[in-house]
Amino acid sequence: MRSEDIIRPENLVYKKTPLMTDNILSYCPGCGHGTAHRIIMETIDEMGLQENTIGVCPVGCSVLAYDFMNIDMQQAAHGRAPALATGIKRTWPHRLVFTYQGDGDLAAIGTNETIHACNRGENFTIIFINNGIYGMTGGQMAPTTLVGMKTSTSPYGRDVHRMGFPLKITELVAQLPGTWFVTRQAVHTPATVRKAKKAIRTAFEAQRDNKGGTTFIEIVSNCNSGWKMRPVESNKWMEENMFPFYPLGDIKVEGKLVK
Amino acid sequence: MGELRLMKGNEAIGEAAIRAGVDGYFGYPITPQSEIIEYLMAEKPHERTGMVVLQAESEVASINMVYGAAATGKKAMTTSSSPGVSLMMEGLSYCAGAEIPCVVVNVVRGGPGLGTIQPSQADYFQATKGGGHGDYRLIVLAPASVQEMSDFVKLAFHLAFKYRNPVMILSDGVIGQMMEKVELFEPIPRWTEEEITRLSPWATTGKTKNRERNIITSLDLDPARHEKHNIKLQEKYAKIVENEVLCEKINCDDAEYLIVAYGCSARIAQKTLDLARAKGIKLGLLRAITLWPFPTKPIQELLGHIKGILTCELSAGQMVEDVRLAVGNNIPVKHYGRMGGMLFTPDEILHVLEQKIIGG
Repeated sequence: MRSEDIIRPENLVYKKTPLMTDNILSYCPGCGHGTAHRIIMETIDEMGLQENTIGVCPVGCSVLAYDFMNIDMQQAAHGRAPALATGIKRTWPHRLVFTYQGDGDLAAIGTNETIHACNRGENFTIIFINNGIYGMTGGQMAPTTLVGMKTSTSPYGRDVHRMGFPLKITELVAQLPGTWFVTRQAVHTPATVRKAKKAIRTAFEAQRDNKGGTTFIEIVSNCNSGWKMRPVESNKWMEENMFPFYPLGDIKVEGKLVK
Repeated sequence: MGELRLMKGNEAIGEAAIRAGVDGYFGYPITPQSEIIEYLMAEKPHERTGMVVLQAESEVASINMVYGAAATGKKAMTTSSSPGVSLMMEGLSYCAGAEIPCVVVNVVRGGPGLGTIQPSQADYFQATKGGGHGDYRLIVLAPASVQEMSDFVKLAFHLAFKYRNPVMILSDGVIGQMMEKVELFEPIPRWTEEEITRLSPWATTGKTKNRERNIITSLDLDPARHEKHNIKLQEKYAKIVENEVLCEKINCDDAEYLIVAYGCSARIAQKTLDLARAKGIKLGLLRAITLWPFPTKPIQELLGHIKGILTCELSAGQMVEDVRLAVGNNIPVKHYGRMGGMLFTPDEILHVLEQKIIGG
């Protein structure tokens, strides 16, 4: 049997969502961004919301997300995505609006915009990719870099006395009355991808149904280039080192803290 | 005749925003322009027109909220004063780069730094020469009356959408705080979603099946493409220079001496004209209305009969550089300014004119 005979529409159990473009992803091989992009786009497709969605991607590795996401998108200055999303959602309350931000973006330069958008309970979804490092700029220390973790600006490991502590911004925004759903997920195994996708669906449905609050999904991901590891090795390191400090699971559901 | 009201300049901005069909105002209080957001909040524009008014957490957030809303084809604006506008410069550079039509009002106070809350015109350089990074221009309108505070909001949105460019209304603490009679323009309905998609097909309103996805960005990592984008911006700016210069010429036809001024300085200098004429000095006033594009040609057209020019600005001398560029070395161009919130009087200007230009 030839491969063309096997790859026929009736035999397919999975195909690329039309909400991802055919452009070749600019992310490093083994990086979680591609998977995260895909499950967001699959969810929007499954909910039939392509025509109603406006995405915001700011500075950092995800700055070119609009090359891959087949929806209307705006590119924001470093850290400012929640402000843009506020402007969009307030003037187009019936559109699905989401931001897609990294840890340097959301937890450092954009802390102010993040906290205040969540505190106002803006009805959009923040998707936060946390890999504990500045990927695009070449592997510098992030607010989320673990204690002792080596980066190009913490070459002997993060020292809390001089560099401060890793910031658990997700737990922080969960404390705010404006957030409705806050969760931490991962996308490195089939099981975690399914859970992360379910979380995205929960957030988008809550936004669509105007449940009354910001929905916030952290995805703990790898940065094999920045961490200077092979992809498989980086995923193992993430499980052993990132997950104990950034435990996966829901933090706030339907406006109530669950842990 | 439109509705007449006695209003503060700042209130006129607020009322004009509602009447201009603005969809979203995002601002942060700062003296001497806080009456704008106070007026808007009190007027309940969400009930009058559906306009959104939001007090942001900072000026940085306000300009980026404007970016987000305006990139969807909505009419969005913010207002602030000097230190706040400095914080908006990053956002304005992005808006210019991404060709976002939006309106920013700067009711200028004294600087640098925290400076003073008194009026000043020392933000001319920032408004007309950049302020943010990169090769870009803002269209800059300088009102000199409460009437113009109202009228220029409408004009600013017209120009912003005509050129897909941010427009700044560069006012000052005098015009913002003083009360005058103002004739309000008839309300313009807010654009419907159908009108927005038709008028602004570039806007990110949600990708429909009938069109490619719309992307609003100021990023292009390909140097050749990015240069092309910059050339396109420069060509747009050249068109604005060609078509949008505005100024007012008072007693200029037979003038031998000329004052160039804008905003509150022009209001003060207007009285100097009477004082000068009473003494037999043929003095004219050219009031710049657009500070960028600067009224270069209108000034050059007067050079046949002008012997000297005095610019009056509440700064150490900023606009005077543009006047010198227009005039060259042919006739003397001097600057007279006060700083730190101090104003000059019409007599003071006449005295300086006699000393520096006529006698000098």
